[in-house]
Amino acid sequence: MDARNTHKDSPAIIGAHPGTATGNRALMIEEQLIFEQGEPQRTGVDLPEPPKVTDRLGGLARKTDLGLPGLSEPQVIRHFTRLSQKNYSIDTGLFPLGSCTMKHNPRLNEKLARLPGFGDIHPLQPVSTVQGALELIDTLAHWLRTLTGMPAVAMTPAAGAHGEFCGLLTIRAAHEAKGDARKRVLVPESAHGTNPATAAACGYEVESIPATPRGRVDLAALKAKLGPDVAAIMVTNPNTCGLFEDEVIEIAKAAHDHGSYFYCDGANFNAIVGKVRPADLGVDVMHINLHKTFSTPHGGGGPGAGPVVLTAALAPYAPTPWVVHGANGFELIETPEGPAQASVGRLKAFNGQMGMFVRALAYMLSHGGDGLRQVAEDAVLNANYLLARLRDVMSPAFGDGPCMHEALFDDKFLEGTGVTTLDFAKALIDEGFHPTTIYFPLVVHGAMLMEPTETESKESLDQFIQALRSLAEKAKAGEAAFFQAAPRLTPRRRLDETAAARKPILRWRPPAPAQAAE
Amino acid sequence: MSETKYTQEHEWIRIEGDVGTVGITDYAQGQLGDVVYVELPAVGKAVKQGGDMAVVESVKAASEVYAPVSGEVVEVNDELTGAPETVNADADGKGWFVKIKLADKGQLAALMDKAAYDKFLAELG
Amino acid sequence: MRYLPLTSDDRRAMLGAIGVKSIEDLFVDVPTSARQAKPLDLPPHAGELEVERELAALAAKNLAAGQAKASFVGAGAYRHHVPAAVDHLIQRGEFLTAYTPYQPEISQGTLQMLFEFQSQVALVTGMEVANASMYDGATSAAEAVLMARRTVKREKVVISAAVHPHYRETIETFARYSDGEIAVNAPDPTQDENLEALIDDQTACLVVQNPDVFGRLRDLTPLARACQAKGALLIAVVTEVVSLGAITPPGEMGADIVVAEGQSIGNGLNFGGPYVGLFATREKYIRQMPGRLAGQTVDADGKRGFVLTLSTREQHIRREKATSNICTNAGLCALAFTIHMSLLGSEGLRQLARLNHAKAVQLAEKLAVVPGAKVLNQSFFNEFTLRLPKPAAPVVEKLAADGILAGVPASRLYPGVNALANDLLIAVTETATEAQMDALVAALKGAV
Repeated sequence: MDARNTHKDSPAIIGAHPGTATGNRALMIEEQLIFEQGEPQRTGVDLPEPPKVTDRLGGLARKTDLGLPGLSEPQVIRHFTRLSQKNYSIDTGLFPLGSCTMKHNPRLNEKLARLPGFGDIHPLQPVSTVQGALELIDTLAHWLRTLTGMPAVAMTPAAGAHGEFCGLLTIRAAHEAKGDARKRVLVPESAHGTNPATAAACGYEVESIPATPRGRVDLAALKAKLGPDVAAIMVTNPNTCGLFEDEVIEIAKAAHDHGSYFYCDGANFNAIVGKVRPADLGVDVMHINLHKTFSTPHGGGGPGAGPVVLTAALAPYAPTPWVVHGANGFELIETPEGPAQASVGRLKAFNGQMGMFVRALAYMLSHGGDGLRQVAEDAVLNANYLLARLRDVMSPAFGDGPCMHEALFDDKFLEGTGVTTLDFAKALIDEGFHPTTIYFPLVVHGAMLMEPTETESKESLDQFIQALRSLAEKAKAGEAAFFQAAPRLTPRRRLDETAAARKPILRWRPPAPAQAAE
Repeated sequence: MSETKYTQEHEWIRIEGDVGTVGITDYAQGQLGDVVYVELPAVGKAVKQGGDMAVVESVKAASEVYAPVSGEVVEVNDELTGAPETVNADADGKGWFVKIKLADKGQLAALMDKAAYDKFLAELG
Repeated sequence: MRYLPLTSDDRRAMLGAIGVKSIEDLFVDVPTSARQAKPLDLPPHAGELEVERELAALAAKNLAAGQAKASFVGAGAYRHHVPAAVDHLIQRGEFLTAYTPYQPEISQGTLQMLFEFQSQVALVTGMEVANASMYDGATSAAEAVLMARRTVKREKVVISAAVHPHYRETIETFARYSDGEIAVNAPDPTQDENLEALIDDQTACLVVQNPDVFGRLRDLTPLARACQAKGALLIAVVTEVVSLGAITPPGEMGADIVVAEGQSIGNGLNFGGPYVGLFATREKYIRQMPGRLAGQTVDADGKRGFVLTLSTREQHIRREKATSNICTNAGLCALAFTIHMSLLGSEGLRQLARLNHAKAVQLAEKLAVVPGAKVLNQSFFNEFTLRLPKPAAPVVEKLAADGILAGVPASRLYPGVNALANDLLIAVTETATEAQMDALVAALKGAV
């Protein structure tokens, strides 16, 4: 009997273990913490006996036990293999998480990042011994400049939010260099949370710009809020509703007329790469998530990389270190001096996310200028196909027009069914799909934001559409209890997040010793 | 005799003498969902009418609690630190947040009484 | 185009289903003036073989540490042996290609791993709790300073002159647009730094590194006491996390926040990134902590499971009032750390640390034969400062030309500080053989 077709069974029966002695369910194997499997004397490494010397630890030798569990290599392999099997991933299936660009991660990238000439070089080796690494950074920078039309790029930021921080620092430095102390940054209410958080971290007051009923920045409201104390506007384009800001050139002009800079959040660059250059939209500074548009793996939440492209006016403030062309090949400017004297300083310990740079460049070279353009077109085509095929059973958030690379729905189609966006997402999990982004952007009620990316086939999209359509119909047929009990078929069912937050347990602790000890 | 007043941000204040006990309304706790944490001000802190006073957190949201009146915080409800669920169980009673010594009783005139607050809620839908 | 599944037939059929004639009809919202009519001036697409050839040629222009005759480069990044199992496991697609675990029912693998990571970090640092990681050690340090300012509500920051200069610079960048003095002494590897005198009742925190950038070890207990007396927090920085297998952890010496670079465990050098920042503190400060946290709970069937928790501190909920703008962690690097640490266990980490220390002592003793050179350290773990009779940078260049990576000249970290021009930081890990040590000694003898 196929459990997926028997939703009329009580959720308790389907959700509970089918009575195995171990609690395992075939491939779904319960796995204890490493701390519950270890023996202190055991280890998974063999190390040689150290040379006999008198220790020079200055009386600070560690006296307490480390308390780490000891496991052999086979135990470690099995533990982490079993854990991995409890994860959904792009390799497993469609991952339509809007705003996250979960595209295929090519394995060539992984192979090349592991070449000893990239993976086994030290950031503080003499510059003469890392010329190839600096050339790679310079080549990647050239691709990023060409794709954006911007004259300069800061390579060190480690992630999108780190890139935003970098961008706003250069903006603040540029204003202050002119003796112009500005106070405010304007951010649309649909923005990623990182935008206001970053502006606050740079000492700015944040003011929200409302959206129009068409899901775009309200240009009139923006103009009303602009003034001589506005340092920058931060606008995501294509925006978080999956729409292109069709008045973006006017938005940029309005900002520039007031001496403000236009920070573009480049999270959604995948929709326009190779088709539209941000420079032609009036952008002054934009971060690029290499882990989105340029296919470096998300790794369960990082590491990412967030290079920042800049206009000539902002370039002098880019963070150190800088890779520059010198008389004897490439050079590294590591402190704010010479051409980098106005730099905002260092953003992290070393040169940037080199491992991600190799992967991103391998991806760019694979696609070429022609292929990257096709990437944007297919990403937009796939999203519009979802929008078109779901329009009649779900409720698009904004009218009849096309979307960019992500399709946004609200929860109107669930009105009166007793099913929430969250319930709907959880039911999708049982169907074998990762849910869409939910409840973001905040400006849309019960939002479901789906981004299929260009690496999904039409067959894959059709299966996803089929699943969504049948769930939408089931919700409308009054089967709320089915949704509320979802997911049923996962390694764990819904988790009690309230308990987790009220009494946080953030680490393993050894079981309390027997009372006799006291 | 005590009287209770309400703000549009869903705080209540119960006046006894020149001290007001402040909490969030039952409607507000219902909107927030399960409260997991309450951040209270230090005793002795001066607060301003309409200014930030405390923070109440559910799993997915964090909301500022504003001071309904200006004055000085004279007592805080430490029990909420260990048992934030009290805010859900008894928002109008044991789930109180702080006691404020009022700087200006005249400020109470700007607040709503029970009937007006109920009407306000009805209009919110 | 091997990564693109759509065929021309697919595209035609899909445009038909959408009800438009061409792909350009989907880009109507883009102002015409901004649309690129044809591909940008970049090379065309290429096959695996061609791409591999092109990047391998760049890689071949670098001197990999493992291909050098010898390598003793440290100063914040260390070359350790990474067991084969680590790289195998982190390349499992279910780890590599998963997203942030926002849907816990289908992310228990990542969440349980993060819980184990947090537990390991707390144990090795001797602290109560740790987060799910930051970008790197330097950004962890910067976030720790901001956290200390929030927690004690003061602005002044004291940074030891022997904190890695790149860490100090990162702290300065992060704190650039907030008020408050940052006090730093002049660096001097020849004597103990008086830090107590800089701590006053305006001080939010003292930042010290142990082992410090010159490799010296210091008992942090008196500094912790001095901080406590003034109501300031003690932030301890560790750039070589293997040291915690051999020396008393900062948590046991009274640190309030411990930040560390975790690269040494499980992660390669990678020319500086990606690395993994560790961040640990006391339980009472968890709501002031930056970054993600995994926590334990139960599911609807009462079974133990894990979720991301306390997210109301974070930017996606708190927006401009968040504890940090960070929106990620170093997930895969943290996984590599956790796997390697699981292989080591208490016994393995202790042995590894002893081996590193013993080899460093061995090299320090061998260097006594280099004329005019002197090891400045009284104490050290696996890295020490050698004062040469002449400027260190040209010596390092000369040895590099012969395939020996001798270490980091202090002048690279402290440009313009003349007193340090002759100093060379030398790191010795378990990867160094005795023959390589002898090669370094012989080369230095020849160069000075």
